[in-house]
Amino acid sequence: MQDITRRRLLWSLPFATAAVAGGGFLAMLSRLRKGNFDPREINTPILNKPIPSFTLADQPPSTGFNQQELQQQTKPVLINFFASWCIPCLTEMGVLQQLSSHIAIWGIAYKDKPDAVAGFLQRNSNPYRRIGQDPDGSVGIDWGLSGVPESFLIMPGGIIKWHYPKPLTATSTKTLLSFVQ
Amino acid sequence: MRFIAILFIFCISLSAPIIAFGIDSPDEMLANPQQEKRAENLGSQLRCLVCQNESIEDSSADLAKDLRKVVRQRIAAGDTDQQVMQWMVDHYGNFIRLNPPFTITTALLWFMPILALSIGLMVAFVTLRKRKNTVTAALSKEEQKRLNELMKD
Repeated sequence: MQDITRRRLLWSLPFATAAVAGGGFLAMLSRLRKGNFDPREINTPILNKPIPSFTLADQPPSTGFNQQELQQQTKPVLINFFASWCIPCLTEMGVLQQLSSHIAIWGIAYKDKPDAVAGFLQRNSNPYRRIGQDPDGSVGIDWGLSGVPESFLIMPGGIIKWHYPKPLTATSTKTLLSFVQ
Repeated sequence: MRFIAILFIFCISLSAPIIAFGIDSPDEMLANPQQEKRAENLGSQLRCLVCQNESIEDSSADLAKDLRKVVRQRIAAGDTDQQVMQWMVDHYGNFIRLNPPFTITTALLWFMPILALSIGLMVAFVTLRKRKNTVTAALSKEEQKRLNELMKD
């Protein structure tokens, strides 16, 4: 009798393991579909941390900024890395335009020529209050940038509250504004 | 036939420079060959975040080039391999490591070989024991009797 139970247990062990693993995968897949799990997620380490040190030169038609100025803001600021050569940035301009009436947006022109950026902002109405240049992309690397466009929500005091490594959409904008209000 | 062969070789030779390597120019490399070797070794363990299954050493994406530069700058400044790796993880998370560290989420991944081996051994053990039992099972009285009868003939 005892032998039979032991054998049964022994036999059920692989199946139990498979069932647990299968359940885990199922959970992962369903979370993937709902969008609250992304195995390719980049750049979570910078969340809830202070902004890195940087200084950006003026990008016409606006003025550049540095770490101190961003830290000293009394209201949240959305930092948006963009470039005139980036098509997703172009499609994002409409969303940024609408967003600019709810929150201050400061732009960082990533690996771009000042003239090209000025032309880009003239063609698509400028949503940025301030714009700095990151011509060689070194500031971007300090922020953990993996591409453009990418947005960071900075709270007063200079803490990174939220990060979105894709073009902003209506849904992501809602999430963003929930942090601000 | 010959024409096709020539065309084929031509096409392959066209693609060769594309698959060859990521480093665009020798200017990128460090002057010290030992440091350069360390940089290449580190770079091959770092994921290019644009083309995600390539290392930054293999990729010719702009970001990969920038990250190669950072690795070399830090090595030239005297960082150890571990410090460079930590810098990368601090900026881009564990996802940048092509060799994932042991955490709760990667535990199953790391334990899988041991798990698979032990399950396999268990199944083999149980089956073998069962087979051994059937082979060595003694004949019943009737069977022995029948066998004896058969052997007489």
